[in-house]
Amino acid sequence: MSQASADDRGSSSPAAPDKPSVPALVLVIEDETQILRFLRASLTSHGYRFVEAATGEEGLRQAATRSPDVVVLDLGLPDMDGLEVTRRLREWSTVPIVVLSARGQERDKVAALDLGADDYVTKPFGIGEFLARLRVALRRGASPGGNVEQGVIEVGGLSIDFTRRRILRDGAEVRLTPIEYKLLVALARHPGRVLTHETLLRQVWGPGYTQQKHYLRVYMAQLRHKLERDPARPRYLLNEPGVGYRLRED
Amino acid sequence: MHVPGRDPEVILARIREEEAKASQGKLKIFFGAAAGVGKTYAMLVEAHERRRAGVGVVAGVVETHGRPETAALLDGLETLPLREMEYRGAVLREFDLDRALARKPGLLLLDELAHTNAPGSRHTKRWQDIEELLASGIDVYTTLNVQHVESLWDAVAEITGVLVRETVPDSIIDRADEIEIVDLPPDDLLQRLKEGKVYVAPQIERSLENFFRKGNLIALRELALRRTAERVDAQMESYRRLHEADRVHPAGGRLMVCIGNPETAPRLVRAARRMAASLKVPWTAMYVERLGKARESPQEREYLSDVLLFAEELGADTAVLSGLRISDEVLAYARENNVSRIVIGKPSRARWKEILFGSLASSLVRESGDVDVFVLHGEAGESRAKPRAAPAEPMARPDYVRSLVTIAVCTGVAWLMHRHFAPANLIMVYLLGVMLVAVRFGRGPAVMASVVSVAAFDFFFVPPHLTFAVGDTEYLITFGVMLSAALVISTMAARLREQARAARERERRTAALYKLSRVLADSKNVEDILKAAINAVENVFLARAVVLLPDATGRVRIRAGDASLLGTGDHDHGVAQWVFDRGEPAGLGTQTLPAAQALHVPLRGSRGPTGVLGIRPASIRFLLRPDQFRLLETFASQTALAVERAELAAQAEGARIQIEAEHLRTTLLSSVSHDLRTPLAAITGAASSLLEPRGTLTQETRRELVESIADEAGRMNRLVSNLLDMSRLESGALRLSKEWQSVEEVIGAALERLRPRLQGRQVDVKLPTGLGLVPLDEVLIEQAIYNLIENAIKYTPPGTPIEIRAEAREKEIAIEIQDRGPGLPPGEEQRVFEKFYRAREANRPDGIGLGLTIARGIVEAHGGSMTAANREGGGASFRFTLPLEGEPPRIEPEAAAAEATRPET
Repeated sequence: MSQASADDRGSSSPAAPDKPSVPALVLVIEDETQILRFLRASLTSHGYRFVEAATGEEGLRQAATRSPDVVVLDLGLPDMDGLEVTRRLREWSTVPIVVLSARGQERDKVAALDLGADDYVTKPFGIGEFLARLRVALRRGASPGGNVEQGVIEVGGLSIDFTRRRILRDGAEVRLTPIEYKLLVALARHPGRVLTHETLLRQVWGPGYTQQKHYLRVYMAQLRHKLERDPARPRYLLNEPGVGYRLRED
Repeated sequence: MHVPGRDPEVILARIREEEAKASQGKLKIFFGAAAGVGKTYAMLVEAHERRRAGVGVVAGVVETHGRPETAALLDGLETLPLREMEYRGAVLREFDLDRALARKPGLLLLDELAHTNAPGSRHTKRWQDIEELLASGIDVYTTLNVQHVESLWDAVAEITGVLVRETVPDSIIDRADEIEIVDLPPDDLLQRLKEGKVYVAPQIERSLENFFRKGNLIALRELALRRTAERVDAQMESYRRLHEADRVHPAGGRLMVCIGNPETAPRLVRAARRMAASLKVPWTAMYVERLGKARESPQEREYLSDVLLFAEELGADTAVLSGLRISDEVLAYARENNVSRIVIGKPSRARWKEILFGSLASSLVRESGDVDVFVLHGEAGESRAKPRAAPAEPMARPDYVRSLVTIAVCTGVAWLMHRHFAPANLIMVYLLGVMLVAVRFGRGPAVMASVVSVAAFDFFFVPPHLTFAVGDTEYLITFGVMLSAALVISTMAARLREQARAARERERRTAALYKLSRVLADSKNVEDILKAAINAVENVFLARAVVLLPDATGRVRIRAGDASLLGTGDHDHGVAQWVFDRGEPAGLGTQTLPAAQALHVPLRGSRGPTGVLGIRPASIRFLLRPDQFRLLETFASQTALAVERAELAAQAEGARIQIEAEHLRTTLLSSVSHDLRTPLAAITGAASSLLEPRGTLTQETRRELVESIADEAGRMNRLVSNLLDMSRLESGALRLSKEWQSVEEVIGAALERLRPRLQGRQVDVKLPTGLGLVPLDEVLIEQAIYNLIENAIKYTPPGTPIEIRAEAREKEIAIEIQDRGPGLPPGEEQRVFEKFYRAREANRPDGIGLGLTIARGIVEAHGGSMTAANREGGGASFRFTLPLEGEPPRIEPEAAAAEATRPET
């Protein structure tokens, strides 16, 4: 969605999805003061409004009273498990959630995503990566069902025309099988966002296939060989080891 | 001249013996000639005296037999409750050994030493209970009648005609600290009998009148007094030995009894014990298996083995030899073992046989030289342990039929020859046939073949033909010679065959032992050793076996073998525990805990028992033959030593690992402190410069400082990640979650993560088409590949290419990461994987030398291997393999022609 993406260091304030005139409100639930300090500085300088909470309980309260446009949630909180916060938040809210976690916690990431979190950022992270995830999450908040059942998506040299069911790679037509197409659509519905193996299997093959990860591997490989210039160094279809796949958006 | 002094060795041994005894309980036996002399009464009277002296006296079992004066003496004594046991629907009440051991009184009264315990008790006999009580330091008073003494059993039976089933080995009488003879003149006893004051055991009741005849009572009384006197004499002897060692002339040498005739064997053994006791010499019971012509049936041989066991109970050493001439073997053994007296039975052969073939007695007497030979009369009439009616050995009918066929064939050959050759040559054909039969089928068929061939020769070839009539009487001589020759040949050949069989048997044992020791030597860990031992035991003894080893708390648990062998209950585990604690065999076939499913043998190592071998043989009697049992014990001790060795090796290995870990920790500390402090120093410095209020930093300098902070922080992040990965690998916290993965995808993920650091590099990935899925942990292998590529980035000049290759083989997939840098230092290709290894170069890149170690650790956790080498044309190559195990998952293919996307219209 290159035509839609804003410049990282852009001067225009990122707008709240439902109120275009007001800057988006970010709730950060994190107990490490140094991280809070750096996020506060970065986010406000990038034109976001900023609320913080140091515990899960306070975070849930803030989420209810301030109705933020996106929640940034650390998985390691002093009073309760970040997964628990996700679960309770999802009981009544569809606000986008971006999880902060460490490398090696792939299980937790998958659990959070399956509980309804939108994406994750692995600590330590650069601010560029963080803001990109935030933007993707905010966009999901704007059109919760996925925003691209029709129209055209372009990522680099790849063009996906949903209405006409046509895929172009560097201008050349690519033919896909029904499953490959369904898989691509599932990813393209949320460009830039990670989708867990289970989610993809359920969407493409059905609920009975959530453990059949090898199906996903095989069809992902087929798709890569059709869409990527160098399938071993993919540009569009990115693998997040132990978690899932995402379609690059830039 | 040397003045003979007391032998210090003797005195020392004596002192040790006394010391050993001191920690044990004292045994006193109230010994009488017959029931009714007042043994129990005397025991209770003395028990009361001891109680008054302050000893804690507890009555274990006291049989009052309803006599009021005896029962009155039980007043004031604590009585131990009996154990109640269910046995085939009936409730049996029996002495409770465990309760007694737990109660641990100073003195325990336990009537009837010869008592046989109820089924399900730990020991079959009460005297075994008493041994255990004494061993735990409890004094015991007990009672015994002379008719129950093992070595006097036959004498009593002779006097009274009553066969007593319950006997007590002499060893327990010899080890008693005190024997008090409770004596009552026969007339008084008879008087008491008339008054009904004597309890009569039911089994005697029938022969009551026989038993309590005055003559019998006098004889029994004499036996009791003599047996006591013998013991007193022995005490005197040992006292003298201690105090006047120089004046004692020990009889010297050893007494040996040879048994062979099952009829007389037990009697000879008893007689030998009595002789050995009075001569005060050690003694041996032995049996010679005669090769070639076994005089005994297998059943009888088995019975003789039982007699040897019985001799062991009486205190003998035992030996089983085999040889052609019994006398040679006996004398050879006697010379080797310092035997000065040999006891044998009187020959039972017919007189003419003795004259013809000689007898053991005569050849022994003739050849024994300075060894004395005692020939005892071997009167039969042993009814107690007579060999079970040996079923006639089944005739090997096929062998006899085959023998007949052989002779028939010989006859056929002879028929073809008889027109052209003299009759003498025809006889040769028959002799050849007889010899073949003897070698092939043994003696019986050969004897038959001899007779049949003579008959056939007569019938077919001696005129008049086709009758048994003989025209020329000269042929009778021919027949005689032919028959003798055939018989001699058959005997010789059969003997040869038997010898070969015995040699094979010996060979089999030796080979089994050799094989076991070799396998044990090859086994590295305890599991392998146990498996090998069980294998060997099961093969050699035709049995099933388990090995139990103690856990940390000293409870033995099954470590190898089929657990179902020990049955479902705890009983056999209890037996095994007992065996482990005591270091004595028990269970099936023994006198201790015989209700067990298996025979339990301790694994005796050099530092005491290391475990227990439980064995359930096809035939327990065969296994308990002394030679077999000894072989089993050898197996057990070999296994024990091997287990001990393995445990020691494991300990040494543990110590080595600990030292290595210690060394690593030191290295790690120094390395980490340096490698973490360097980036920290840079960050601190840069940050403080930026904070400096009066600084006049240019915009460009500020930017440089900020970049330096970001770079150094990234470096620290990598360091910390590596350290965490390493500690996860080393602590064993690494859990693989293998899934069928695409290698291409994993490589892609690593390259994606390294994208910022790969700027300006050419990365060439070549994977074979059709590379299927591989079972691996995606997250970890991605890390391993990441580390390898990162290593290439660090050690090669910017701009040089990196190549990644993969190839699939039948059982594994190999992945290679190659660079065109300076390569590895020659000779250090494998050292690069060591922890904290860094190439010695002037411009050392950052990192602490863990990346490759981690990569290899991950690959090895997958069951693969990693190697490094220099490439032709320069550069290094790191190659790792991953095993391709299991069946790749099946994927239903999509309909081939299906296309979702529309073709251009």
